[in-house]
Amino acid sequence: MIITLTEYLLLSPEIFILTMACLILVVEAFVGDRYRQASYVLAQLTLLVAAFISGSLIDNEALVMLGGMYVHDPMAALLKTSVFLVTIGAFAYARSYMTAQGGLRGEYYVLGLFAVLGMQVMISSHSLLTVYLGLELLSLSLYAMVAFDRDSPTASEAAMKYFVLGALASGMLLYGMSMLYGATGSLDIATIADVISAQGERSLVLVFGLCFIVVGLAFKFGAVPFHMWVPDVYHGAPTAVTLFIGSAPKIAAFAMAMRLLAESMGGLLVDWQGMLMILAVLSLAIGNVVAIAQTNMKRMLAYSTISHVGFLMLGILSGTDSGYSASMFYAITYALMAIGGFGVIILLSRSGEEADQLDDFRGLNDRSPWFALMMLILMFSMAGVPPTVGFYAKLAVLKAVIDVDMVWLALVAVFFSIIGAFYYIRIIKLMYFDEPVTDAPLKINTDLQIAVSTNSLLVLGLGLFPGALLALCNGVLA
Amino acid sequence: MIDYPLLSLLVWLPIAGAAALLAMDAMGNPGCRVMALLVSLATFVLSLSLYTNFDFTTAAMQFQENVPWIEAISANYHLGVDGISMPLIILTTFTTVLVVLAGWEVIQDKAAQYMAAFLVMEGLMNGVFAALDAVLFYVFWEAMLIPMFIIIGVWGGPKRVYATIKFFLYTFLGSVFMLVALIYMYLQADSFSILDFHVLSLGMTEQILIFIAFLMAFAVKVPMWPVHTWLPDAHVEAPTGGSVILAAIMLKIGGYGFLRFSLPITPDASHALDWLIILMSLVAVVYIGFVALVQQDMKKLIAYSSIAHMGFVTLGIFLVFTLMDNNDSLSGAALGMEGGMVQMISHGFISGALFLCVGVLYDRMHSRQINDYGGVANTMPVFAAFMVLFAMANAGLPGTSGFVGEFMVILASFKANFWFAFLAATTLILGAAYSLWMVKRVIFGEIANDNVRQLQDVNKREFVILASLAAMVLLFGLYPAPLTEIMHASVDNLLAHLSVSKLPPAETGIALLEAARP
Repeated sequence: MIITLTEYLLLSPEIFILTMACLILVVEAFVGDRYRQASYVLAQLTLLVAAFISGSLIDNEALVMLGGMYVHDPMAALLKTSVFLVTIGAFAYARSYMTAQGGLRGEYYVLGLFAVLGMQVMISSHSLLTVYLGLELLSLSLYAMVAFDRDSPTASEAAMKYFVLGALASGMLLYGMSMLYGATGSLDIATIADVISAQGERSLVLVFGLCFIVVGLAFKFGAVPFHMWVPDVYHGAPTAVTLFIGSAPKIAAFAMAMRLLAESMGGLLVDWQGMLMILAVLSLAIGNVVAIAQTNMKRMLAYSTISHVGFLMLGILSGTDSGYSASMFYAITYALMAIGGFGVIILLSRSGEEADQLDDFRGLNDRSPWFALMMLILMFSMAGVPPTVGFYAKLAVLKAVIDVDMVWLALVAVFFSIIGAFYYIRIIKLMYFDEPVTDAPLKINTDLQIAVSTNSLLVLGLGLFPGALLALCNGVLA
Repeated sequence: MIDYPLLSLLVWLPIAGAAALLAMDAMGNPGCRVMALLVSLATFVLSLSLYTNFDFTTAAMQFQENVPWIEAISANYHLGVDGISMPLIILTTFTTVLVVLAGWEVIQDKAAQYMAAFLVMEGLMNGVFAALDAVLFYVFWEAMLIPMFIIIGVWGGPKRVYATIKFFLYTFLGSVFMLVALIYMYLQADSFSILDFHVLSLGMTEQILIFIAFLMAFAVKVPMWPVHTWLPDAHVEAPTGGSVILAAIMLKIGGYGFLRFSLPITPDASHALDWLIILMSLVAVVYIGFVALVQQDMKKLIAYSSIAHMGFVTLGIFLVFTLMDNNDSLSGAALGMEGGMVQMISHGFISGALFLCVGVLYDRMHSRQINDYGGVANTMPVFAAFMVLFAMANAGLPGTSGFVGEFMVILASFKANFWFAFLAATTLILGAAYSLWMVKRVIFGEIANDNVRQLQDVNKREFVILASLAAMVLLFGLYPAPLTEIMHASVDNLLAHLSVSKLPPAETGIALLEAARP
């Protein structure tokens, strides 16, 4: 197999991330305490360069390479760029967390970069095996990250749960893939699609394989009824890890759904449409309703993630390009909101203890009007209230769903988003209407201030001018 | 004509002012009140040039601005006003000045945030009235909830949290279904322009569903019986300024929505379902009038009276179809519709004034209970004169603006149906009963207790606020022509639009057959 220069160019973000991840691992082992920040700076630079390269590749023609295992297309380039940028934000928050709490070390960045590499492979996969490879690389990095705080019983429990359930999900996925291989005789996504559309009648084994693949996907997304790991992992993991798990991997999961469902099994749309419908409605219902009962902020955001996944699936199940691009927009903007939400938890935490109870938000407006305003923007964005970007994400998805004559599904979605609005505005109520429980002034270092402010203002700015990103999402799928 | 983006200025100047004000406050500058007053005055003066430059002869949108905004969904930043929305914008800018003044001394806690919230509110409400693009409209419409939510929740009374969350969820519930309807129409029309929606051909089933979606949004906002229950809570718990904005402007947005969306977009469904709206309006007028009668809390009483008065607005607007069926002339229909619109403006002044009056009393006594007062006229003669005037206006006394709108609507309903008029006219009795009985118990009589004996009369600031409102109430009561003049062209155009069915040809025949059936 000869790899051409163009292919090297298209693969350069992956090669770069891999090289740098190995390099940072070595640097981390050899530099002393004096250069603690070296790995952080290197990791951020790596991501920045990778984001730049893959951002400039968006306009390149689609190309299948490495013997049909790997694909570059505009969608992949856009999703990878978003993953890099979101991860830059996540790392920035994580550093502040580590400075304040101790405990985590430079391995966080190394594992994070490997997870990013896994996501890249998932996003660009053109074969069932590559999908699985990327997924496992991502998952293994995440398991290790959750277990980082090894003295904490909740973190260990979360890691164990995550690992066992994740392995189960991978097993399901692999089982489904093997059936798909048996029915079509190929692992290549394009070939599978051809075979399925050539078969007039779909075989039982194919639909059976599809079921298992959807289950595996739902597990990774955290969609109801395969969501049980989400609250425990979000709650148990250190906040710096939670915010990473809750953000960029959702973009990768979207890509996996695109590759597996839309691209390889587009011919089975009617079958997976119904399955996703059930998953989406259940996720919207359970996520939004159960979130109301939470007193822990991280658990509340976990259930909120579940409900957002429901919305995201609505776009995918509409089965049109505008639906896929709406879901893509949703995944990217949701990742942006999620790191912001967890970022504020980090911002509130005092050294040695996490501020992950809802009560920690009481009276934030008295302690710091600016950050209360930033959190207000993030919460209204998650609730989908304009003029924040969360509104356009919902608007785009609803439009796609109504476009395929599923108005009832849109009505269900907006109905549950009203219920969802309640727990988001409850946070605002705590921040603005209640008295603070502690008078301790917020000690926030400057780069965390900058990170949270940029993050929230971006959510607001994209809400005022969402046109460019929407057009980009439409463009890469056209 | 004006060659600068006047409407954009009216939307963004207050919002920019609010940002500047917060920044000033963060730097420790104490001048936030003066700053807020200057910004609101500047906006008000600017908005007057809407009136002076307005072309009364046309129903077309004026002062239009149209630039592409979100090209991916073909949404534009499209602003423009006609005779329906222009007076409401001036009402907004006028009321905001008064609200800023009213909060001058009372609000000591986080005053900068208070003023900023009202300025943001002003900009967003102007945006709602001026938006001609459905996405832009919806953005302003929903964004408006955020400052109001904060205003009630931070500066409100003891049960403010319950009231504000109820307010938020109620209005959010109404509006998300409207969003679904808007998206549906976008997919039909391939454009988010409201003017394109007006000419969009829709089948009867679609029209009815869209009409119901709009009804959920606007009925909650107006509010119409039976979805009015958030209003008394929100009013009672809101600070004075919040109550004034709620009553004077936010309720009007519901009425405006009917005129801008429901009627022109779904004329056939509006025609088919007008009995429902008329029924709900009459229930509001009669039943809520009785409810107002038994209130012990002054703010609650005025809140219920607002619901009853807004019933007149929706009644006047939806009488048009009965009137058009009764005779071919559109003048009767125009009377009802203009009556409803005059009632909106007039109620803006009167209810705002009454809430400010209660605010004046509350600042001194920290009570809104009618029983805690009595004989206020003895210690506060100037204030008593204003309060009696506004109560009379609320009861619809000829010579005040309250009379004009009510009279026009009752007259129109007489032409439509005797029983409509009979029920609507009960408001003349009920309105007088609850308004004057409250005045009797609060203002007149012997001085009830020592607290009342120690009351101080209004200061200069309060005098200016109440006097300017009194001037407006009397001006439009004695000479309403300037107001109706603005509306004529737009109302005639709307009526002409309503008299033409929007049903696709295949359905028109069926609709005609059904209409002809006895």
